[in-house]
Amino acid sequence: MTGEYETVEHDVLVIGAGGAGLRAAIEAASTGVRVGLVCKSLLGKAHTVMAEGGVAAAMGNVDDRDDWKVHFADTMRGGQYINNWRMAELHAREAGARVNELEAWGALFDRTPDGRILQRNFGGHKYPRLAHVGDRTGLEMIRTLQDHGIHQGIDIHMEVTIVALLTDGGRVCGAFGYDRERGRFHVYKAAAVVMATGGIGRAFKITSNSWEYTGDGHALAYDAGAALQDMEFVQFHPTGMIWPPSVRGILVTEGVRGEGGILKNNQGKRFMFDNIPDNYKSSTADNLEEGWKYVTGDKNSRRPPELLTRDHVARMIMREVKEGRGSPHGGVFLDIAWIKEHIPNAAEHIKRKLPSMYHQFMQLAGIDITKEAMEIGPTTHYVMGGIRVDGDTQMSTVPGLFACGEVAAGLHGANRLGGNSLSDLIVFGQRAGEHAAKFAKANKKYTIDPAQADNAARAALAPFDRTTTADGPFQVQEALQETMHANVGIVRNDADLRSALATINTLREKAANVAVRGNRNYNPGWNTALDLPSLLTVSEALTRAAIAREESRGGHFREDKPDKDPAFGTFNFVITKGADGEMQLKREQIPEMPANLKAIIEENK
Amino acid sequence: MDASSALPTENTREQTFRLWRGERDEGEFQDFKATVTDGMVVLDVVLQIQAEQANDLACRWNCKAGKCGSCSAEVNGKPKLMCMTRLDQLPANEPVTVEPMRAFPHVKDLVTDVSWNFEQKMKVAKFQPRAPDAPDGTWRMQQADVDRVQEFRKCIECFLCQDVCHVLRDHHKHDEFIGPRFITYVAALEMHPLDTADRIPALKEEHGVGFCNITKCCTEVCPEHIQITDNAIIPLKERVVDQFYDPVGKLVKIFSRRSTNT
Amino acid sequence: MTHQPLPIQRGFGETLRRDLWWVSPLIVFLSFSAFLVYGTWAAFQNAYYTYGPYLSPFYSPEIWGDSHWALLGPKPGWWPTYVPFSPALLILPIPGLFRFTCYYYRGAYYKGFWADPANCAVGEARKVYRGEKPMPNALQNLHRYSMYLVLVVMAFLAYDAWEAFWWLDMGGNVHFGAGLGTVIMWANLVLLSGYTFGCHSVRHIVGGFKDRLSGQPIRAACYSGCSRLNAKHGSWARWSMFSVGFTDIYIRLCAMGYITDWRIF
Repeated sequence: MTGEYETVEHDVLVIGAGGAGLRAAIEAASTGVRVGLVCKSLLGKAHTVMAEGGVAAAMGNVDDRDDWKVHFADTMRGGQYINNWRMAELHAREAGARVNELEAWGALFDRTPDGRILQRNFGGHKYPRLAHVGDRTGLEMIRTLQDHGIHQGIDIHMEVTIVALLTDGGRVCGAFGYDRERGRFHVYKAAAVVMATGGIGRAFKITSNSWEYTGDGHALAYDAGAALQDMEFVQFHPTGMIWPPSVRGILVTEGVRGEGGILKNNQGKRFMFDNIPDNYKSSTADNLEEGWKYVTGDKNSRRPPELLTRDHVARMIMREVKEGRGSPHGGVFLDIAWIKEHIPNAAEHIKRKLPSMYHQFMQLAGIDITKEAMEIGPTTHYVMGGIRVDGDTQMSTVPGLFACGEVAAGLHGANRLGGNSLSDLIVFGQRAGEHAAKFAKANKKYTIDPAQADNAARAALAPFDRTTTADGPFQVQEALQETMHANVGIVRNDADLRSALATINTLREKAANVAVRGNRNYNPGWNTALDLPSLLTVSEALTRAAIAREESRGGHFREDKPDKDPAFGTFNFVITKGADGEMQLKREQIPEMPANLKAIIEENK
Repeated sequence: MDASSALPTENTREQTFRLWRGERDEGEFQDFKATVTDGMVVLDVVLQIQAEQANDLACRWNCKAGKCGSCSAEVNGKPKLMCMTRLDQLPANEPVTVEPMRAFPHVKDLVTDVSWNFEQKMKVAKFQPRAPDAPDGTWRMQQADVDRVQEFRKCIECFLCQDVCHVLRDHHKHDEFIGPRFITYVAALEMHPLDTADRIPALKEEHGVGFCNITKCCTEVCPEHIQITDNAIIPLKERVVDQFYDPVGKLVKIFSRRSTNT
Repeated sequence: MTHQPLPIQRGFGETLRRDLWWVSPLIVFLSFSAFLVYGTWAAFQNAYYTYGPYLSPFYSPEIWGDSHWALLGPKPGWWPTYVPFSPALLILPIPGLFRFTCYYYRGAYYKGFWADPANCAVGEARKVYRGEKPMPNALQNLHRYSMYLVLVVMAFLAYDAWEAFWWLDMGGNVHFGAGLGTVIMWANLVLLSGYTFGCHSVRHIVGGFKDRLSGQPIRAACYSGCSRLNAKHGSWARWSMFSVGFTDIYIRLCAMGYITDWRIF
C-alpha cells in the first residue's frame, strides 16, 4: 500500500478551519513556516459561523469599570474554579488585543455612539463585554479570518477528514486522512500539528452542532497518546428551538436574553427568579424592574436571572418541564416581544438587534418573535473538556501536538460563559500557532513510519469489505445519540451512566461490523462509518468521567449527587489510553494559584 | 424533553422526492418515497433518505440553520438552501425535484465542485486599512457608516447568486466574470470605512462587472436578503463610471478638490 | 483555471421551475410595447397636446411649437422639410434615454425583450454573450448624463404642474383653480420625482460615491432619502411610466373634445 498516498509536507499542519484553526494558521504562517490547513467541510463553514452573541473581551467600551481582572474572575466563577487559571488569565488579558486585531483585518463590529466597538451583556459576565455584529458575530469572525488567511500563503485542503495522527517516537509528525470528493488517501507530513477540530455535539440526539462535530480531534489526540481532561463537562445551551421537530436543537442566541428576553412557564410566570444560586445572589436582580434596567444599560442595576450561567438556566428549564409547567412541545417560553411594554418601536428594535433570530423563527417555525414568545429547550452545545494543554503554549502532553479552541480543555472549567468561546478561539489560536511554529522550527527531524499510514488506510477501507446486513453507519450513530441523550445528558445518575457505558461497548462492536455501499467518491455512508470510532471514544470518555465525578458542578449535574463537593474542586479528571488500549482515568491536582490571581478572585466575589 | 414525541405531530404524508443521482457527466433523476410532515425542510428529507434508503447519497450540509451556506441546491427548479426550504412552501401533491447547482462542475448527486469560487476571492485585492487614528491605536467608526458594509458581510457564501447568474450558468464566463458574490465582496471592501485600496480598475477589467446586465436574479435568490444588485453591483458600476465614463464629473472633482475618501 | 464542463445545459425556455415564470417578462414586453407604440403615435401627432392650463408631459418643455408654451416661438424656418417635426420629438429623447439606460429598465427589457435571460434559472437561446462590457453596450454607462438632462426636464414639468392651477377666463383674467387634469399632472409629477430621485445615479452622486457620510448630515439625509426611493425604484419606474402616458392621454382626449375636464374649483 505504501506509496499510494499523495504526500504533502508542511512545517505546521492545522487540523480544523474554524476560528481557532484559522487564527493558528495565520499566526504560524506569519513566522515564515510552511502551513497546511485541513478542514472537514468547505472553508468558512465551520461551526464558528453559528456563534451569534459575541466575543467576550474586557475592553470597557461600554462600561469602563470592566477590565481583564473582572473578566478573569467571571470566567473562574463560571467554571467553578477548576479552570486552568493560567489560561483564564491569558484569555482575559489578551482577548481585547485579539478583537482589535480582527478589526484591523476588516471585521466590522457594531459601534458605540463615540465610534468604538459596542459591547453587550451576556450570561455570567458582570459588565457588557461582548463585542458583536447583530447576532452573527461568529460569521463576521470566521469570514474576517478566512479573508485575511487566504492571503497568508497557507495551503488549504478542503473537505479532508483526518483519520490518524502519525507519530515518531512519542512526538507527532503528521497526519493521515482522505478527501471526501474522491476518497483518496493523503499523508500530511508536519513537524507540528495544531488540533482545532471543535466539539463533540454529534454524540447527542438534540444538538446545535452539525455532522462534523464527532470529536475527531479528541479521539485522534487520545489515540496518539495525549491526555484528555474535564470530559464530563458538556454544555447544554438552555435555548434551542424545539418545534417543529426538524428544527430541534437549532440555537437561539443568548443575545435574546441579553436584549431583554425573559423565560416564562406555561402559567406565564418568570420562574428564573425562584432559584438563584448563592454565589450569584449578590449580582442578580431580585425584581422585574431592576432586571429590565440592567439590560438597558443601567450601571447600578443587577442582571436579570435569565442571564445566569447556562448550566443553571438549562436545569431550571428542565425542572419546569418535569414538573408539568412546560410549553406544549416540552420546553418553556422565551419572550422578547414583551419589551414593547418598555420601548416604542420594539418590533424594529428586535429586528435590528436580532435579525437572524427573527428570520430563523419566521422562516422555520412561522413565528414572529416581535409578536409571540418562542418555544425553547436545552440543546447540546459545547464541550468544556478536551485535550489537556499547557496554558502558555497550548501544547498537549504529546510533543508537537497542540490544541486550541473547543477541542482544548482548561479555559472554561466546569462551565463556559457565553462569549468566551469566540475569544478562546482567537486568543489560544494565536498562541497555538505561535508555539507550534516555534516547535516546528526547533524539531525539524522526524521519520514517517509507513506502517502507520498503511494501518490507517486498511482500517478506513474495511467497511467496504464487509457484507453484513447489520445496522448501517447512520443507525449505529443514532443509537449512540439516543443513549447519550437519555443517560449522559443534562441530568445524570450513576445507574444511567453505567448503562450508557455498557451500550457504548455494544455499539463499538456494531460499529466494527458496519458495512458500506457504493464507492469512495463523496460517500456519506462511508464517511459516517469512519466518524463512528471517534464518536465512541469521546462518548466513553465523557461517560467514564461523569461516573467518576460524584458531585454536581457546572455542566455536570448528578441527581444522585446534587450538591457541589469541595473535595472535587481541587483536581481535574484526566483520561489517557493505557498500554493495553483501555481507557485510563486519573485525577490531576490543579496547581496552586498565584497570590495575585487569588486576590483578584477575592476582590470580585 | 421527549414529552413532545407523544404529542400528535403535524399531518404526516407520503411524498415523492426526485433527486439527481450520478457522478460527474452522468446522472439522472431517481425517485424516492419519503414520509414527511409540513414542518420539515427539504434537507430533512434528503438526510432521511440518505440514512434509510441511500447511504451513499452525496449531499453537502453543515449548520442546518441557514447560517453556513453549505446545502445549496435547486429545489423545483429554483436555487435554494435546502435547510431553509420548508415543505409546506412547495406543492404537496407533486414530486419535489432536488438537483445540484447548475453553474458549477458536478461531483456527485447533489454536490458540485465550488472551488472556482474560492479562486475568485483570491483575485480580489485584500483589505488595506488606513493607519489607526485613535489614541489607543485603533479606529473610530460610526454605526451609520458601518451599516452599509454590514449588509454585504451577512453573506454566507452559499453561492446561490453565482448559480442563478446567467452569465455563469448559461454563458460560462467563469474566466472573465467573478459573479455577484464576489462583486458584493468587492463592494464590502470598497465601501469599508477604513479601506484605502482601489479595486475599481480591476473590477471593470478582470472582474468583468460589465457582464452583469442587472436582471436581479442574484438578489432574488439571496437567502440573506442582501440587495446585491441595488446596493452592491449598481453602486460599483457607478464607481466604474466615475473613473472611466464621466470626464465632466472627474473635472468637477479635480477643480473643487473634493476628497472622495474612496 | 479553465472551467470544467458543467452538467446538463438547458435549452431555451427549459427549466424545472413550477411557477408561471414567463408571466412577468410577458407583462413587461406587452406594457412597454404598448407605451412605446402610443408614445410614438402621440409624439408624431404634433397637435392636441395642450388643454386649458395643461401641457402634455410628452411635449414639455416645448422648445419650438405652435402653442403659447413654446420657449422659442414657432418651428424655425430652416427646419428641413424632409425631417418630421413635433415638439415632442425634440424633448422625448431625454426621458427616453434616461429610461432606456435606467438600471431597472435594463434588467427588465433584457428579460422581456431580449430573453437573456427570459427569467431566472430558465434556459437561454443565445450562445454568445458580451453583456454591457464592450461597446456599444458600454454606452449604458452614460445613464448619468441623461439623468442630468432629465433633472432639467423635471424642473419644467414642476413648472407645468404649477401653471395647471392658473386658468384664463373669458374676460382674459387669470384665476387660481384646479381641474381633474391639475390633479393628474401633480400625481404625475410626484411619481416622476419618486422615480427620478430614486435613480441609482442620483443616489451615487448625492452620497453613494463616499464611504463615510457621518459628520455630513445634509448629504447623509439626501443619500438616505434617495436610498429609500431607490429600494422601490422598479415600482416608481412602472407607475411613473403609466402616469406620464395617462396624463398625455387625458390632456389629449380633452383637447380632442372626447372628454370634458372636470373643473374642481
